[in-house]
Amino acid sequence: MRGAAALVGVADIASPTGELDTHGRALEVAMVGAALADAGLTLADVDGVCHPMSSMLFAEYLGVHPCFTDSTMTGGSSFEVHLEHAAAAIAAGLCDVVIDVYASTPRSDRGRQVNRPRPQMMGPNPAIEWEVPFALRQPMGPYALAASRHMAVYGTTSEQLAQIAVSTRHWAAMNPQARFRDPITVDDVLASRMECSPLHLLDCCLVTDGAGAFVMTSAERARDLAKPPVYVLGAGTAHDHSMISQMPDLTTTAGVVSGANAFRMAGIKPDDVDLLMSYDSFTITALLHLEDLGFCAKGEGGAFVETGATAPGGSLPMNTNGGGLSYTHPGMYGMFLITESVKQLRGEAGDRQVDGAEIAIAHGSGGLLSCMSTAVLGTEATL
Amino acid sequence: MSETSAPFWDATRDRRLVIQWCTACDAPVWFPRDVCLGCLGDALEWRAASGRGEVYAFTVENKPAMPTPFGDEPYVVALVELAEGPRLMTNVVGCPPQSVTVGMPVQVTWEELSDGRNLPLFEPA
Repeated sequence: MRGAAALVGVADIASPTGELDTHGRALEVAMVGAALADAGLTLADVDGVCHPMSSMLFAEYLGVHPCFTDSTMTGGSSFEVHLEHAAAAIAAGLCDVVIDVYASTPRSDRGRQVNRPRPQMMGPNPAIEWEVPFALRQPMGPYALAASRHMAVYGTTSEQLAQIAVSTRHWAAMNPQARFRDPITVDDVLASRMECSPLHLLDCCLVTDGAGAFVMTSAERARDLAKPPVYVLGAGTAHDHSMISQMPDLTTTAGVVSGANAFRMAGIKPDDVDLLMSYDSFTITALLHLEDLGFCAKGEGGAFVETGATAPGGSLPMNTNGGGLSYTHPGMYGMFLITESVKQLRGEAGDRQVDGAEIAIAHGSGGLLSCMSTAVLGTEATL
Repeated sequence: MSETSAPFWDATRDRRLVIQWCTACDAPVWFPRDVCLGCLGDALEWRAASGRGEVYAFTVENKPAMPTPFGDEPYVVALVELAEGPRLMTNVVGCPPQSVTVGMPVQVTWEELSDGRNLPLFEPA
């Protein structure tokens, strides 16, 4: 599968106000249109459709009759999972041009009459008996539990977690679309409201509108399109629980497995990575990813980020768009890990461009630290 | 409450904490299921648990998202690891939230529900 498929078109949108003018299908279609235009393709070329809710309904809306369809829903990592599945499908010859899309406007929906779908439970939901009665706040509660455990076992401090938010904000300052761009300090994070101890408000991601899409095709076809292809060098997915009370070890995610598999397929080591796009629903989430993907040893994430390693000028540029912490987080953020990786590998990231970026990781986290999906992406030079 | 979990909740009416075990594997099964995950067999039985354990992880909730028995007061949500192995989500009560620590020994205590069942909470041992 290594190098058999490439991302050839991307689009994303967010706003400093946190709100967008369009929503729903119109926003999804706009993103697909922009990503196809970016690739130099049209809807008529599409024969594969991914969508985190229903690829059938979305394909019908577009009038597309795909021969590859994927509605896998693993929360925020859904888009990395779609990327993996699409690359495998293209490598296997099942289809030729795949689109994936996400649009969500939770912020502007507050002021709009929206027909919200009634929450549905597919099959029995044991959380109703074994978790819900204890009033754990969602979604930050489970991450707070993980942070408390990491602190107790490894001595990680609130200051170290705060440094992740501070470094990420430095990157956001260079993204004109970011919700928050003013610098913050560790003290600012510690002085922000304690939500679920030990997580403060500024340890938590935003709630904003946002949307994005990608287009993938075969490496062969990619070479004739509008932009330099970004190749899928490796991919891996793993999940080890759904309810947080079933997570085997709250200090270690299934990213240990997804990351190792993706890196092995790509034939790379952490040292080879120029850019880490790491799902930062909370500061602790990003810290766990650094350890689980092997950028530092287990338990040393705090010391690693404390040096500013992930900030501009550091050894491991991380979340260069400003991340879920400062750029945008419209519910499921994984699409933006992919779109930013592609922009960086094409050299299109403007003021925040990582010089000479050849290999990027898009590492999605879905559910409640539940489903990890890792994509290794690279330029032509990395094939 | 499901058919599978009914014995757990019935026992709480007598303030007894019971855990499902596989008699073939001699291993606990948590959360309650219809088969043992070790052998996929159904030789399951309910055994009394010690009610003792320790705090595995916890958070102090300062801004409850929903009506809670704790009103507007901060409260502790924790994962407690029972001496028998299973890890339960619960509330730690009977002490100031700020005094809770990871590794703290705790024991079960009960909060009565309106239907006569009891909810297993934990307090410092």
